[in-house]
Amino acid sequence: MPETPSPNHGYPGRLFVFEGLDGSGKSTQAALLGKWLQAQGYRVFFTEWNSSELTAATIRRGKKKNLLTPTTFSLLHATDFADRFERKILPPLRAGYVVVCDRYAFTAFVRDAARGCDPAWVRNMYSFAPRPDCVFYFRVPVAVTLQRKVASRLKINYYEAGMDLGLSDDVEDSYQRFQTRLKQEYERMVKTDQFTVIDSSRSVETIQQQLRGIVRPILENFPMATRLMHDSG
Amino acid sequence: MTVGSTYGTRLPGLPDHALPGKLIVIEGADGSGRTTEVVLLREWLEVEGHAVVDTGLRRSTLVAEEIDRAKQGHTLGATTMALLYCVDFADQLENKIIPALAAGSTVLADRYIYTLMARAVVRGASRDWARELYAFAIQPDLVVFLEARPEILLHRAIAKYGSLDYWESGMDLSLSRDLFESFFAYQDRLSKEFAWVGAEYGFHRVDANRVPEKVHEDVRALVAPLYSGKGSRAPPRAPLSRPRRPTASA
Repeated sequence: MPETPSPNHGYPGRLFVFEGLDGSGKSTQAALLGKWLQAQGYRVFFTEWNSSELTAATIRRGKKKNLLTPTTFSLLHATDFADRFERKILPPLRAGYVVVCDRYAFTAFVRDAARGCDPAWVRNMYSFAPRPDCVFYFRVPVAVTLQRKVASRLKINYYEAGMDLGLSDDVEDSYQRFQTRLKQEYERMVKTDQFTVIDSSRSVETIQQQLRGIVRPILENFPMATRLMHDSG
Repeated sequence: MTVGSTYGTRLPGLPDHALPGKLIVIEGADGSGRTTEVVLLREWLEVEGHAVVDTGLRRSTLVAEEIDRAKQGHTLGATTMALLYCVDFADQLENKIIPALAAGSTVLADRYIYTLMARAVVRGASRDWARELYAFAIQPDLVVFLEARPEILLHRAIAKYGSLDYWESGMDLSLSRDLFESFFAYQDRLSKEFAWVGAEYGFHRVDANRVPEKVHEDVRALVAPLYSGKGSRAPPRAPLSRPRRPTASA
């Protein structure tokens, strides 16, 4: 079966991206969608933000000692993303598989903008990243993410709360202000980057049904893994 | 010069204070006599009474180790490698170069963003991408480019190392399995990129095919006016235009 190149990026594979604040439910949904696609017979490649081994130790060390400035913070994350992109995202896209990304370049756009980096500079840096076939943006009130955070008893870390920006000495207060900035940046991109907005206040099942409904037509006539490996008949 | 005197992109988190020091960059291929010239220039400047701090590539505390490890493994993609070098540069710029300039010292840079840009473009990056990536760099007071013929570079490399270096021969580009052929093909491509970078960023070319003393004489003649108080500093460039290409963000 001839593979039709994606109209968005020209590769034979398909790229689905999940974006939103921490605690918006996007990771749960990304995992469920991946499971479902695999059950349908597609070969699915899954990547997460900040998971490459290359700079993980440096980022951890830099964060621990608060050595990072907005510029080096931004560059390190771009390096990390580039490594993941060159190894784990681009090869399956070129080979014609489905790639699901829990966070993509948009995460860098919102975080770097909130830290004061020049948005045009950041966009240029990530210009090697192809445009996804669909970006699911999980819209959630900041107060809800904080409640979830508190309920899960996870400690809010320094950078997640944007403490490096000096917005507030109180971690929860800083978290709220920083996440509000991130949300504003996401909302700004809904139109410019053609996000598919997902209302995350609904049940997990309802959201998953909606996602499947959106993905189905994009994957129409898209080859299953078995057909890529063997001639039919 | 101030913290704001970059090639167009601001450095967030740094107040725009004055940088009374001088930033002098010595660029050139491996074997062009850069390091020798930096030593001679430093000696002369210090005798003249100037405080000198030197910097080079791959010396940041943040990622120098990662770069060394990556080079050993030869496994990183071209974009990743270009960005890793950029982190290294940004870390040195913010933690070493800017503080030294703020303290009034002369910073002698043994290579700067230009080598990094040329290498990235030779490995497939677009010129626009490289130019914009490094737009946060402080504009130097003077960029000297030591220019030497490839045959001369070859003989100096052999005299120095007894052989040719894998990376300086561009072996990662698979131009040729043969180290000699690869070296010439790579140096040829690099010098094409340096020609573009040099024209765009105003390099002062010095004939580096000659003995170090002669080269040093010419370099001194270029450096001396920086301290004569006549304000030889080039007027600041206008911010660079922003390239736009179809991307994730387009």
